[in-house]
Amino acid sequence: MAWTRNVLRVNLSAGTCTPEPLNMTWAQDYLGQRGLATKYFVSEVDPKVDPFAPENELIFVTGPLTGTMASTGGRYSVVTKGPLTGAIACSNSGGYFGAELKFAGWDMLIFEGASPKPVYLLLIDGKAELVDAGSLWGKTVWETEEEIKKVHQDPQIRVAAIGRAGEIGVLYAGIVNDLHRAAGRSGVGAVMGSKNLKAVAVRGTRTDSYPLANPKAFLAATEAAKKVLAANGVTGQGLPTYGTQVLMNVINELGALPTRNHRDIQFEGAGDISGEAMHRKRPTDGKANLVTNGACFGCTIACGRISRMDPGHFTVKDKPQYQGASGGVEYEAAWALGAANGVNDLEALTYANFLCNEHGFDPISFGATVGAAMELYDLGILTKDEVGFELPFGSTEAMVKLAELTARGEGFGKEIGMGSRRLCAKYGRPDLSMTVKGQEFPAYDGRGLQGMGLAYATSNRGACHLRGYMVSPEVLGIPVKMDPQATEGKAAMLKAFQDLTAVVDSAGICLFTTFAWGLADIQPQIQAACEGDWSPERLLLVGERIWNMEREFNLAAGLTKKDDCLPPRLMKEEAKTGPQKGAVSKLDVMLPEYYEVRGWTAEGVPTAGTRARLGV
Amino acid sequence: MQKSLHLDPNKCTGCLQCEMACAWEKYETFTIAKSRIKVFTFHHEGRFVPYTCTQCDEAWCLIACPVDAIKLDPVTGAKIVLEPTCVGCKVCTIACPFGTINYVAQTGKVQKCDLCDGDPACAKACPTGAITYVDADWTGLGKMRAWAGKTDTTAATA
Amino acid sequence: MRHVIIGSGPAGVIAAETLRKADPAAEITVLCGEGEPPYARMAIPYLLKGDIDEAGTFIRKDQDHYGRMRIGLVEGRALAVDTAARVVDLGDGPGLPWDRLLVATGSRPSREKIPGIDLPGVRTCWTLEDARALLAGIRPGTRVVQMGAGFVGCIIMEGLLARGADLTILVRSGYMVRRMMNPTASGLIRRWCESKGVKILTRTQPLALSANGGALKVDLGEGRSLDADLYLSVVGVDPNLEFLAGSGVEIGQGVVVDANLQSSVPGVYAAGDVAESPDVVTGKRQLNAIQPNAAEQGRTAALNMAGHPTRFKGSFVFNVLTTLGLAASSFGEWQGVPGGESTEVLDESRFRYLNLQFDGDRLVGANCVGFGDHVGAFRGLIEGRRRLGAWKRRLMDDPARVMQAYVETAVPACGAG
Repeated sequence: MAWTRNVLRVNLSAGTCTPEPLNMTWAQDYLGQRGLATKYFVSEVDPKVDPFAPENELIFVTGPLTGTMASTGGRYSVVTKGPLTGAIACSNSGGYFGAELKFAGWDMLIFEGASPKPVYLLLIDGKAELVDAGSLWGKTVWETEEEIKKVHQDPQIRVAAIGRAGEIGVLYAGIVNDLHRAAGRSGVGAVMGSKNLKAVAVRGTRTDSYPLANPKAFLAATEAAKKVLAANGVTGQGLPTYGTQVLMNVINELGALPTRNHRDIQFEGAGDISGEAMHRKRPTDGKANLVTNGACFGCTIACGRISRMDPGHFTVKDKPQYQGASGGVEYEAAWALGAANGVNDLEALTYANFLCNEHGFDPISFGATVGAAMELYDLGILTKDEVGFELPFGSTEAMVKLAELTARGEGFGKEIGMGSRRLCAKYGRPDLSMTVKGQEFPAYDGRGLQGMGLAYATSNRGACHLRGYMVSPEVLGIPVKMDPQATEGKAAMLKAFQDLTAVVDSAGICLFTTFAWGLADIQPQIQAACEGDWSPERLLLVGERIWNMEREFNLAAGLTKKDDCLPPRLMKEEAKTGPQKGAVSKLDVMLPEYYEVRGWTAEGVPTAGTRARLGV
Repeated sequence: MQKSLHLDPNKCTGCLQCEMACAWEKYETFTIAKSRIKVFTFHHEGRFVPYTCTQCDEAWCLIACPVDAIKLDPVTGAKIVLEPTCVGCKVCTIACPFGTINYVAQTGKVQKCDLCDGDPACAKACPTGAITYVDADWTGLGKMRAWAGKTDTTAATA
Repeated sequence: MRHVIIGSGPAGVIAAETLRKADPAAEITVLCGEGEPPYARMAIPYLLKGDIDEAGTFIRKDQDHYGRMRIGLVEGRALAVDTAARVVDLGDGPGLPWDRLLVATGSRPSREKIPGIDLPGVRTCWTLEDARALLAGIRPGTRVVQMGAGFVGCIIMEGLLARGADLTILVRSGYMVRRMMNPTASGLIRRWCESKGVKILTRTQPLALSANGGALKVDLGEGRSLDADLYLSVVGVDPNLEFLAGSGVEIGQGVVVDANLQSSVPGVYAAGDVAESPDVVTGKRQLNAIQPNAAEQGRTAALNMAGHPTRFKGSFVFNVLTTLGLAASSFGEWQGVPGGESTEVLDESRFRYLNLQFDGDRLVGANCVGFGDHVGAFRGLIEGRRRLGAWKRRLMDDPARVMQAYVETAVPACGAG
């Protein structure tokens, strides 16, 4: 059950589905999921390709631990060239879809070309067919999933779909599976839309088992690792109780919560939109926003938020479809929809988050872009006439309205759908775009957390918290406590995090396990599942190889050292309040050191020695 | 004292470790379609409901089987499918009013929960205590069965 | 107490076993009419397919079982019943005396009334003996013309094809399994069979059969005919009731029984295919010739015979059949009820179909093709007359969510929102 060793190549232009054996040599070098799909991608696609051209590929991929009893073993990734960034895009999702893909017998689906008309891919056990999606085009993610399950009369079919946002090319459109789990970032959904691919529907009932290298050892290793998760304060208590939202108050108090397009570094309304607030009974209906926590496939942490809105809230009053429970705000979404634009109405954030899931777009990039638009409005660069309504910081109504417009590609929503970099450039203030490589920051300020600043600047897919989570050492003390303002040792620590993260993202498990798991917990699970020698040293080498492979693709795509940067605001404007008051990013100190520990030239290019060592 | 599976939806997170554990125990696969315990998701209510055979006293499946392929385990009280004997006629699948005995196309046989000889894999795998194997009196199973046997009930959530 | 059970099918065997448990001292005799150990007709298709041997059809695998349970198996056929003297007439000998009698004689294949029906080469498929003849008579390429595509006609097809038969099916009406499935479902099953190489002629029935060398000619009228090596007549079944003539037991379509499965004559009970009992949903009395009904009636009748008054909660019409690997099932009032609502969803290319029938917010019937998981929930919902509440609308939108509806409406520990 490690690898199924089956790849499905779908040529959407020709309408063909062709199975092929997995390249096991590559599997030994890149493990699976992120690493393996990226290897296929960079081997088959011209780095200069227009992300929306049929020549771009879109790859859905599982890892060797996907669909196993390893805790959190349900992840899949989508790899393509991202339209938001022009860089390699790899977006990771949980839910149940990835495991089902494995059960249906596939490690990987490679989509080539573009379909002349809307289709969805139906995978039932070993069978694959492209089905006309004419009647689904224009439908929401939620409607699409329901309709596919209904037509095929099987509620157990798992669906990953794009909504209207992906169809119309919102540059940060995501792919949503199981109604509220998303391969959310970098616009992978827009690429899917450009290929006229509405959804992938999958059901696997086959008994054929793909052997684990050592089943007994695997069960023992996964069992032991689950105990580590249960015993850990973050994965055993914090995340199940508060989800990632456990961070809202923590990061705010630390003075690293970007607020109002990073003008501020603390948000006075943080408490109103925090994990604690989600537990509080609303005065209006006496119920809490949070209904329960929910798990993704195989996950023994269960950090997922399942929320139900106040049915009397102005956003959903006459809309019963939003009054049931669904995926609530995670920390990043709560930050982007809330703090990033100064909105402190938890119910409104929940509604906007529902819209992101329903229509398939990334709440981080959306919320951050709204924050940028609000600043443009605040400065008088954007006017009410252009927007169609007032757009001051803190306007719940405006944020919600923009979510609705962006989902449908109407009015000023079209501008918001381009993302912050293009929006700010269009209005002559590129400096106000809080992005790296065109992708919006998530919920940590690079001034408050120096290591996170470096992580953002060097992330291969643009600003991202999931490529090297320096919050762990800088805030949580995992694996060691580091001073948020220090620069010393950050480059080496970040490299270690980036390489380990690449391994985790290639294995089929969730990055959140690394709050509790070190390589010593992960390695025995991979070793027992996968044939071959997977020593800790080799795994880290695989991680480093993946990182460098992504870097090489980006360089070949035309990105340079200049793209490893942070916006001038983070470099020059001092943090105004809180423990990090006065701080600016010290990226210029850390970056050269980072290149050095990576074995790259001063221009950020892997040296011949590094290339040879890694076999890239 | 016979023991029963106690299923508590309020503790279930929908992780499906139980389904994998069941499929692994019986078929050495993680393919959850093979699991005899199922977690039903009620998305709009935010509920995850684990559900499997209650080993009911009526034993509809056992009685309906035309070829004696379902037996009572006197120790655990489980009704157990004897795979070599089962012909795959599916009569038990329609006879069980709980919907908890199912045909498996790949094997050509039916399957149901057999309590794993008194050491249920699902309960061991459940990380939240939503599935426990406890003395029958504690399970509320009697209440559940009585309700299931009543007619003209109105859905609590209707 | 002397209990006599006429018939050794599932109803008879389960009744005998239930009696033994309920009445340890009783004398229990089961009259077997075929010279075989008690066996299940439901298993015959799998015997034809070669999945099992004859022993695989036996209702109890261990033949010492009956001796151990002190159940007397007596070979013979009941010719008459004297309800005054309380004796079953076996033709020769003194007859079987009884204190309580269970009629569990089942049914037999209906006989087509056409010339040539007695010719060699004409067969039916009902008993083990029939199965032996088919196994001996069908070789690769054997031309089999099968009249009838009801329940039996459908479930034996796979076995016939497995033997290599060249199979042509004649269907008098336009529809296969029309007593179980609606026209859409029936059409889907037909196309499935045709996709597997079976020739199906609807609105066709033979006028006569005639010998044609070593083979048969099947005259279809209007100058049309078919050559056949074997003519298989499976046109339905009739209950075995004739021996009750003059017994005083009230006969309608079958033995008319009350809620305790007792006939009009005290002490005489009926179970299985011969019993005409009230339907659990409609209340109308009817025959219900299906395995689970036989089993449940056998058990209930026995409890009453043993002096434990037990009401039969009513028979429930439902069935499941597998036609060349395609499962189909039908439940309750699948044809719908006056004033009711229905919903359906068809995935023609993948041979999946689901039709639900509602009366108010209750599910009253269903037809399913290719829909396999948790089908028992249909019974639970229909027979339990569950109020579906909000789930009615959800099922109207998406019928396949029936198990979810069941779990949430039937189990309070789960359903309380």
